[in-house]
Formats: sequence, structure tokens, C-alpha cells
Amino acid sequence: MNAATQGLVRLPVWRARFVLAALLAAFGVLGARSLYLQALQTDFLQEKGDARYSRLIEAPATRGRILDRNGEALAVSTPVKSVWAIPADAELSGAERRKLASLLALERNELAKKLADTSRDFVYLKRQVSPDIAESVEALGLKGIYQHREYRRYYPGGEVTAHVIGFTGVDDAGQEGIELAHQASLGGKPGSRRVIKDRLGRIVEDVESIREAQDGRDLTLSIDSKIQNLAFGALKTAVAQHRAKAGAIIALDVRTGEVLALANVPSYNPNNRARLSGAQLRNRVITDLFEPGSTLKPFTLALAIERGKVTPETLVQTAPGHLTIADYTIHDTHPGGVLSAAQVLQKSSNVGMAKIALSMPREAMWDLFMHVGFGTAPQLGFPGEAAGKLRHYRSWRPIEQATMAYGMGISVSLVQLARAYTVFARDGELVPLSLVKTGTAASGEKLLSTETARAMRAMLELAVQPGSTGPRARIMGWRVAGKTGTAHKQENGGYAPDKFVASFVGFAPASAPRVVVAVMIDEPSAGEHYGGIVAAPVFAQVTQGALRMMGVPHDAPLEPLETPAEGEEAKENT
Amino acid sequence: MAKLNLLLLAVLVACAIGLVSSQHKARKLFSELEREQNRARDLDIEYGRLQLEASTWGLHSRVEKIATGTLRLRTPEPRRVRIVTPGAAR
Repeated sequence: MNAATQGLVRLPVWRARFVLAALLAAFGVLGARSLYLQALQTDFLQEKGDARYSRLIEAPATRGRILDRNGEALAVSTPVKSVWAIPADAELSGAERRKLASLLALERNELAKKLADTSRDFVYLKRQVSPDIAESVEALGLKGIYQHREYRRYYPGGEVTAHVIGFTGVDDAGQEGIELAHQASLGGKPGSRRVIKDRLGRIVEDVESIREAQDGRDLTLSIDSKIQNLAFGALKTAVAQHRAKAGAIIALDVRTGEVLALANVPSYNPNNRARLSGAQLRNRVITDLFEPGSTLKPFTLALAIERGKVTPETLVQTAPGHLTIADYTIHDTHPGGVLSAAQVLQKSSNVGMAKIALSMPREAMWDLFMHVGFGTAPQLGFPGEAAGKLRHYRSWRPIEQATMAYGMGISVSLVQLARAYTVFARDGELVPLSLVKTGTAASGEKLLSTETARAMRAMLELAVQPGSTGPRARIMGWRVAGKTGTAHKQENGGYAPDKFVASFVGFAPASAPRVVVAVMIDEPSAGEHYGGIVAAPVFAQVTQGALRMMGVPHDAPLEPLETPAEGEEAKENT
Repeated sequence: MAKLNLLLLAVLVACAIGLVSSQHKARKLFSELEREQNRARDLDIEYGRLQLEASTWGLHSRVEKIATGTLRLRTPEPRRVRIVTPGAAR
């Protein structure tokens, strides 16, 4: 071995050193490169790597459902597809365009116009198409045509519940009614999260949740859809029969203060809002003010009884049927002579009521009106609640105090009026209202003594007996109590001689009230315009149905009611 | 010494394989979870659709029309109705 080595040429030392240096230099370059990649360029490279497998995906959230008190669906969101295009990418042949246009029910030139604008990156061809149409569009396999999922709100109740529920816009946000009022809790908040996807597009790992998706909460309303349907039907028939401009109705549960039904005519179909007018959209029960007329008389009388000014038996001289204060004269439709206070209400005498009112300080009247909720919004949690007009008593002239006693010179909404009547129905307590199901008895502010409220109930019951203004409000099997109202409409600062608002507010059963129902018919113009003839039958129909559906025991004998002759008594003004 | 090193190498390899396989299992389970969550969402959507359908078929106006028209039902006369309260019933 040694001998062999001896024979070899000895290599110069520098060569080994050169190789060593070259190797070291190579290591140095590698080290520098890895330092460069790991330390200096790491962010950029990490990003590039992530982009190959990590994805940011949207986590969808659905809008909460709206249910009636028995769990029946009133508004439900279900997913639909929207078809959109990138015009520059969409190169469609004539046949393809024809097919697409007919599937989406678009005019061909409309489609062509949408696809012509190649400067845009995103054009909706049709929003909210049904799933089967979306599938057929997808089956065409057109280039540059895409779809994405959206939610559409359906309202199975249609026009019956339209004004309570309201509706949502195309972006699934509430625009009217409960949908708007409860937007915060109904509306879901879509979230997003970062995930890792594998080669086949399956999600294999959750990296981080950037925002948790939150589904909207379901909302159970106090509305009973059976009573609602009955109320809407009865109101619609009455409005058509009396050729009225509009009508409104509300039914309240006396014990809980829940709104059982709330309907307006004219209505609209919230599922198809192509042609909507402002008149259809108006929720008259809540947003419209009117001068209530005689339906306000019970409050004046209750105050007089509460203050000990009169008892139901106190006699009031109403002859000769008119009363002049300053330069204004109050008229009675049927001059009555000497009437008891109970009869003043029963016959709806304006003169008698004015005299009773003038025996009290105006401050006391203002105080009661204010406390039963006139002049302040009813706090239902509904958009656009009207507060009504109740002027401060310091600006009242004596004639105004007299006319306000029978509901002129003050304006209220139907919901305020119905709520105010709970004072009589509940032994003097004013109940707070709720559109959301509570199911528990509510307690309210005590405004009248129990005795006064009971006396008022007895008198309001007399006000629907034959010989009064409202016998058509009676129903078989239950005692009802209530008051008619017929008021001239205000127009251009005065009262229109031939335009009326007919109303009826009442409750039943009179022995232990369970429901308050208020009906208002605007401008009945088919001959009759009195509250006792136009509005009272609607009240009777709805109250009877509501009591039956609620299983309220009868408190009157089951005998057919004697139909009153077309008496003059049913006619009244204010 | 060499024996110990060999042993440690074997342990290391076993650990590495264990890590890879558990990662794989986790991903498989996760994708299954994802699938089930999607199914739950789809079922919820279908529930909503069915609820809608039930409401549409059960529309009061429709029920009333069928009851009075096809089935010839009518509201009983009030005198033939007896209302029973839960407390009073025996």
C-alpha cells in the first residue's frame, strides 16, 4: 500500500484547499439563500402557499321566521338563486340567448342590453329565480353566466297579514311592519371563516373563524291567524258593501294586552309587490288619525261619575236639542228632552254630553284623555305609530271642551281608542299592548275606580240594546258592550258635510270582558254612513268568532236576537 | 451508543408516522362534520319550505272554502254548542 502511494504524484496542497473553499462557499450561498427565504421573504411565500389550499368562505345565516301565536308560519325565508353574468365572458350564440331569455322570462332585447355593457364585471340577469329554473339554467352550461344563493321571504298569509308583518327588500332586510321593527333580532349576520381545502375541494380543516355566522331568531307574534283571517274577511266585505274608501280593525286580548288581530283594507299581497300604492301600504290602525266622535263619550261620562258629578240616574235636560256656546251651536240628531246620564250615552246625545263636560274643569278632562293614551304614541314597537292630537287644556275654549266631550277637536288612532277601552273592560286599568306573544296576564295603570268601570260597562251594554245607536253589535250567546261613532271628516280646515268616518268600539262578554274590538270604516258612500249600521255588524261578526275560538263561556241565553226595526235611533251624528 | 441512537430513530419515525396519520384522520373527520353540518342546514331549509307549504295548504280561506263547499260543513248554532272550561269539567 505504502509502496504504491510512494509512486504516485503528490497533489499540490492548493487543490484540496480550493475544493474545500468551493464547498464552503456553496454552503454559504445555501445558508444565505435559506436566510433570504426564511427570514426576509417569509410573508410573501406564506401567502403564496396559503393561496393554494386555504380559502375564505362565507358562512350563510338565515333570517328568523315569524310565527303566529299558535306556531303557524307567517313569514319564512327560503333560498333562491340569482343569475348573474360577466358580460365580457358571456359569448352566447343566438340560440343560447333565446333559451336563456325564455327560461328567465326576460325580453330578448332586454337580455341583449344587459350583456352588451362589457365594461362591467357583474350584471344581474335575474334575481330570485326558483330552484328548478336555476337548475335548468345551470344545465345549459353557458360560459360567463353564474348563479349565487340568496334568500327570499315568503308570506303564506298574503294580504290578510300584510300590514302586521310588513315585508323585506330584495337584500332580505325589513322595510315595513314587524319585519322592520324587529330587524335586529330577525336578521341573521352572515359570518366568514378560513378553511383548508383539499384537491377535490372538500374542506379538511378549519383554520380560523373570522366572524361567527348568526342565524336570526324566530319571532312569535300575539296575532291569532284564525281571528286575523275572520277580521280581515269581515272588514273587506263591509268596505266593499258600503263602498268605503278604507277600513281598519283591531282586536285585543283584555287580560294580556296582546293584539289578536290587526287588519286594514285596502291591502296588498306582500309576495308580489309589483304595483303598490301608498294607500295600500298604510297601516291605518296605527298610523292614521281620525276624530273619533261618539266613541269618546264614555270617557267624559266616566270622568263625571268618578268625580261624583253625576250617577247613571242623574237627569240631564237635552231639550230643545241644540246648545249654543259663544257663536257655535251643538246639535242632536234626535232631540230627547230630559234624559238620565245613562240614556245620554245610549241615545248618543251631544247636548247632554256637552252639559256634563262643562260641569267639570277642563284640566280633569285633559288629564284623563292623556292618561288613557291619547296624544302619545302607543309604544307597540311598530314603525310610524301616530301619537294623535290632544291640545293642552290651557288653550281650550269652552266650546272646545264641550265638543271634545263627544270626540270632536281631538284626533286619535284606532289602536289608541281600542286600548283606551281596556280601562272599562278591566275594572279601570289601562293595559300596555304587545304585538309579541306574552301569554301572561298584564298589569296596567289604574285610572278609574272599579265601581266606575263597572257602571260604565253596564251603561255601554245599554248602548247596544234596542232603542240605542248600536243594536247591530249584539251577538247571540254573549253580552256585549260598546259605543258607536259617526264623525264628519276633516277637510281643508273644516268639516266635510258628506264625508264620514263610521266606527264602533266595544268588548265582550260584558260580564267578564275578554276581547276589545275596534272597527273604523272610512267614507262609507253606499247610502248608509252611521257607525251603528256600517261598523257595528263587523264588530259583532268578529267578536262572535273570536269568543268562539277562544272558548269563552256564554253569559247570555241562547235565544235569537230580535232584529231591531230600521229605527231612527241607530242614526246619530258624531 | 449506536443502539440508543437507532432506537431513538425508530421512535422518531413512529412518532412522525403517527402524526401524519392522526392529521389525516382529523381531516377526514372534519370533512365528515362539515358534510353533516351542510346536511343540517339543508334540512333546516327544507323544514322552512315544508312549513311554508303547510301554511299555504292550510290557509284559512282555503280550509273554509273546502269545508263549506265540498264538505258542506257549517258552524253549529250557538244553542248546540256547550263550552266546557277545564276546571269545571268532570
